[in-house]
Amino acid sequence: MRTAFTVFRKEVLDNFRDRRTLVSALLMGPLFGPLLFAFVINLSVDRTLSDEEQTLSVPVLGAEHAPNLVRYLASKNIDVADAPGSRADALEAVKLGTHDVVIVIAATFGEQLDSGMPAKIEVISDQANTTADREARRVLSALQSYNQELASIRLLARGVSPYVLQPLNVDDVDVSTPSGRSGLLLGMISYFFLFALLMGGMYLAIDATAGERERGSLEPLLALPVTRDQLILGKIAATCVFMALSLILSLASFFVAIKFMPLEKLGLTPNFGPDVLVKAFWLLTPFILIGASVMTLVASFTKSYKEAQTWLSVVLVLPTLPILIVSLLTLRPRFEFMFIPSLSQHLLLIDMIKNEPLDMTYVTTSVSSSLVIGVLLTWLCAKLYRREGLLG
Amino acid sequence: MIKVDNLHRSFGDVRAVRGVSFAAPDGKITGLLGPNGAGKSTTLRILYTVLKPDEGHASIDGHDVVEASLAARRVTGALPHGAGLYPHLTARENIAYYATLCGIPRKDVADKVDSIIELLEIDEFAHRRTKGFSQGQRTKVALARALVHDPQNVILDEPSNGLDVMATRSLRRLILKLKESGRCVLFSSHVMQEVAALCDDIVIIANGQVAIDDSADGIRRKTGCDDLEDAFVEAIKTTEPD
Repeated sequence: MRTAFTVFRKEVLDNFRDRRTLVSALLMGPLFGPLLFAFVINLSVDRTLSDEEQTLSVPVLGAEHAPNLVRYLASKNIDVADAPGSRADALEAVKLGTHDVVIVIAATFGEQLDSGMPAKIEVISDQANTTADREARRVLSALQSYNQELASIRLLARGVSPYVLQPLNVDDVDVSTPSGRSGLLLGMISYFFLFALLMGGMYLAIDATAGERERGSLEPLLALPVTRDQLILGKIAATCVFMALSLILSLASFFVAIKFMPLEKLGLTPNFGPDVLVKAFWLLTPFILIGASVMTLVASFTKSYKEAQTWLSVVLVLPTLPILIVSLLTLRPRFEFMFIPSLSQHLLLIDMIKNEPLDMTYVTTSVSSSLVIGVLLTWLCAKLYRREGLLG
Repeated sequence: MIKVDNLHRSFGDVRAVRGVSFAAPDGKITGLLGPNGAGKSTTLRILYTVLKPDEGHASIDGHDVVEASLAARRVTGALPHGAGLYPHLTARENIAYYATLCGIPRKDVADKVDSIIELLEIDEFAHRRTKGFSQGQRTKVALARALVHDPQNVILDEPSNGLDVMATRSLRRLILKLKESGRCVLFSSHVMQEVAALCDDIVIIANGQVAIDDSADGIRRKTGCDDLEDAFVEAIKTTEPD
């Protein structure tokens, strides 16, 4: 163990003097998350707030056939803009993205309305485009309420109560807490922490393996009267320390940065106090051993510093995969998920930020399974380090 | 004392070493001489245990380099070809790192490092980080590092490569000092004059085989060439290409 400790001490000292390692571990990793998050938050604050207040300008083809409707739309903050010459042009314009939404009012509109027939009106939009989708929904809901208003007037004119058409009084009651809603957006936080953690140890992992070989310092090291297991253990331990350091810094920088984000404007109140900070650290710690051993493993397979860098940037995005899949399928936390590193940490962290009670069996499963995987990977690393081919 | 017995080692189709045998006794300097690609480095790498032989045996002070590699390494100081230092550490820290790894008690490390720094006359730059060191400075630090645990056997792979006249001379002085203290020194080179000036025994290797193993005079006699360079060329002809 003395050998491993000597290697560990040397690697930590060596890398503390290496500007590249320091910048990536103590600056880039911890700052990348909060900065990107602040940017995204501000962007979505802008968009959410602007939606209802801003006047929407929609091209209407055949506006002259429905002057009352146009006035009604204006009262709903929807202005009529110049439309393309024909329905075909309108379809083309939406397809090309020149217009997000176009309303087409048929020439027969007034006539049909007068004769009590359903009057034809079209809303053309590309729903694959999120902005267009939102605008189309605004237009549709305005048309829907105009529809209802006309119906009520017609019924009243015939002496029938408009309630005939409203047998149900549906009220949408949302019980999600503000913290709960924040979970969606804050879901990306957990990846920032994992990213910062991996980034912190990346250069050390490269330096201790591919870098050492490229520099020519590996061969004399292996000719010393020490076992290779001890060497690799010391190196992985040093990588772990840098990862832990980077994780602590990124948690702290997030703690500070979140105070300056206009989250309450979005109705978000994430639970991110000092106690959560500490718990998050312990929750993520088991992932450090996995990160350190995977990075050392991958880097020791590569032929050069450059190649190691390329491969390790792939490792950097690897933890997103399970998170992404589960988010896309909108799966709820399940017991089986606690065996998957990065996913289990993500799910537990999100629950914590949402201020939901943590299931202790889930926590212990996540922690212990990640630790077991980490130990296995470290063992694999040591096995590979004994190979002769290590010297390249 | 280093003993090499019928070593074989291939890399894919390339048969780098094909039955090399020789012995390097204590208190003597043994030179491994041969053209580029003759198998010198491969032989030495097997001796300092980073490669395993396909066939044959080698031992250092009686410790088999495969079966008892840790024990063999304990009595050996190796300077691989083109050995690199840690650029962010000072020369002294580089040496101290190896001293600690070799198991020298922590309280003795500083003294040990001091004495090796004195022996190699590198006091002048010992406190500087090794980034930007000249080739000569780097070789000396790497050598100090390899010798810090007082190994009985010293293996040097082309130590004089890239050194200027002054540095080569001081390296030569050091090798002689090691011999005087009774150590077994084995070093490789492709420079005939260097080997002739230093070595008690010369093992000429070509095509992965030993062409001749004798003293400088013995080689002159056997090949019938007065000039050592001619003798070298003559000796190489006796081996068969693979």
